[in-house]
Amino acid sequence: MLSAAVVAGLLSFKCIDHKNGPAEENGQTAQKTEATVESAGLKLPAGFQATIIADNIGRARHIAVTPQGDIYVKLGRAKDGKGIVVLHEGADGKATVKSGFGNFGGTGIYIKNGYLYASSDENVYRYKLNDKNEVINPDQPELIVEGLINRRQHESKSIVLDNDGNLYVNVGAYSNSCQEKDRQRGSLGRKGCPILDSAGGIWQFKADKQKQHYGDGVRYATGLRNVVGLDWNQQLNQLFVMQHGRDQLHDIFPDLYTVKQSAELPAECMYALKKGDNAGWPYMYYDQIQHKKIMAPEYGGDGKKEAEGNFIDPAAAYPGHMAPNGLLFYTGNQFPEKYKNGAFIAFHGSWNRAPEPQAGYFVVFQPFKNGKPSGEWEVFADNFSGSQANTASGAATHRPCGLAQGPDGSIYVTDDSKGTVFKISYKK
Amino acid sequence: MRAIFKTAIIAAAVSTTLTAAAQHKSKTKSGSKAAKSSALISAATLANGQKVYGQSCITCHMVTGLGVPNMNPPLAGSPFVTGDKTKLIKIVLNGLSEDVEVNGQTYSNNMPSQDYLKDQDIADVLTYVRNNFGNKATAVTASEVKALRGKK
Repeated sequence: MLSAAVVAGLLSFKCIDHKNGPAEENGQTAQKTEATVESAGLKLPAGFQATIIADNIGRARHIAVTPQGDIYVKLGRAKDGKGIVVLHEGADGKATVKSGFGNFGGTGIYIKNGYLYASSDENVYRYKLNDKNEVINPDQPELIVEGLINRRQHESKSIVLDNDGNLYVNVGAYSNSCQEKDRQRGSLGRKGCPILDSAGGIWQFKADKQKQHYGDGVRYATGLRNVVGLDWNQQLNQLFVMQHGRDQLHDIFPDLYTVKQSAELPAECMYALKKGDNAGWPYMYYDQIQHKKIMAPEYGGDGKKEAEGNFIDPAAAYPGHMAPNGLLFYTGNQFPEKYKNGAFIAFHGSWNRAPEPQAGYFVVFQPFKNGKPSGEWEVFADNFSGSQANTASGAATHRPCGLAQGPDGSIYVTDDSKGTVFKISYKK
Repeated sequence: MRAIFKTAIIAAAVSTTLTAAAQHKSKTKSGSKAAKSSALISAATLANGQKVYGQSCITCHMVTGLGVPNMNPPLAGSPFVTGDKTKLIKIVLNGLSEDVEVNGQTYSNNMPSQDYLKDQDIADVLTYVRNNFGNKATAVTASEVKALRGKK
């Protein structure tokens, strides 16, 4: 009896609180022009092929691949005391776990100039590599940066290095929108958001100096709520980052935003950064439908007023809440010409769209021309969730997170849900 | 496209509920006392609870009550939901800014205070989540909520 009532309740659920909104989709302009093939459970453009090279390795976050084909995966939480897993692919296309080390969870991992850099949620370490790019002494990393802020929200410290001896570290804001009370309905923004002093930006440190603190680094760019995916664009010699846009416009300001607007806005943004840039969080967000920088409601905005301040424009904008966790500029020769120097983006998948259907759980390709995004983004690898129903409900089987390019020009995609590593190759 | 998505969500939610309900049935054959008290919960209470859930809870805890891995804890099968009512009411009134562990998994997102809701709305939504998503527990009353307002 009760069950029947509950089921009836669930069935009627979709009827409530839908007072708004045009029926068309939200500026979601991705186009699938090519035929797709199914491979290892993924949907890919014709000519591509996926293999699962490893499974159940733990919460696989970012990934780095050596020229010799060793694969370093950073785990969000150490498994059996090992937070970095080393995989090696066999001839059969399956990878075996070669070793593991580093008793700390985290996200960032990157190889540069004979060192493997890896981050916990507070520190950055580096490990010296031998001439085969193997870690020489896994038990004695150098502590490069320590004491970065971790207040349980946006805590991951993604890392990348440039060609001039600098390390870039994301320090995410420990807040949604710098309200007096985080995520509280109607709570206004803190004046001169103090979080930005130590978070909500990208910090630059020396790549080879030990035990650096905030004071040793430079706040390279600010006004970035949380960056997980980032990469150094070698063609432009410039840092590109993917920002996770703010959540809950409707929950916090129900009089200003409908449920549907809240599901669609704001954009997840790609920024091309220069030293000193300010992307505007928490004072603004980017509205990908109006194509405008909009003043945040916590700071006097109403969904229409444009932001006041010297804030940079995004290089590209994507629909809201899809959580871009990985960014990779493709420099290989294996894929067709159009992919060269373009960007792959791993969208971890949304949660903040409910009760609207969830979205994401795919890898997107953003074409570039002359160093700028050019043309519409397209879904490159889809169906990580397992099915359309899984995507809609948010119960995804796999959640794409990290991206890396292998020596042969294949790309690797990690999944921090089931601990799967996918390899995607192009077969002519 | 959208219609397909919605149908899929509903199907997923229904199957979750049915599975949970079936499991529950086999577990508590002799628990007639709990069943009796649940049976007293009115349809109006559940309907209002569902409405409040859709307005104030659904973004984080999701249509399915399953939450979001590592971030927002599930309500389905959670001892926080079906257990001590005082603790549960206080979470809704005061929010929660610490890591919580539910069934071996940790969740870290901040939950804001929902104290702008009326006593009756909090009571109804808690009764609803205690008796939905496969959960089964006693109702929460407005007076129980009222008694805990302002108490940390």
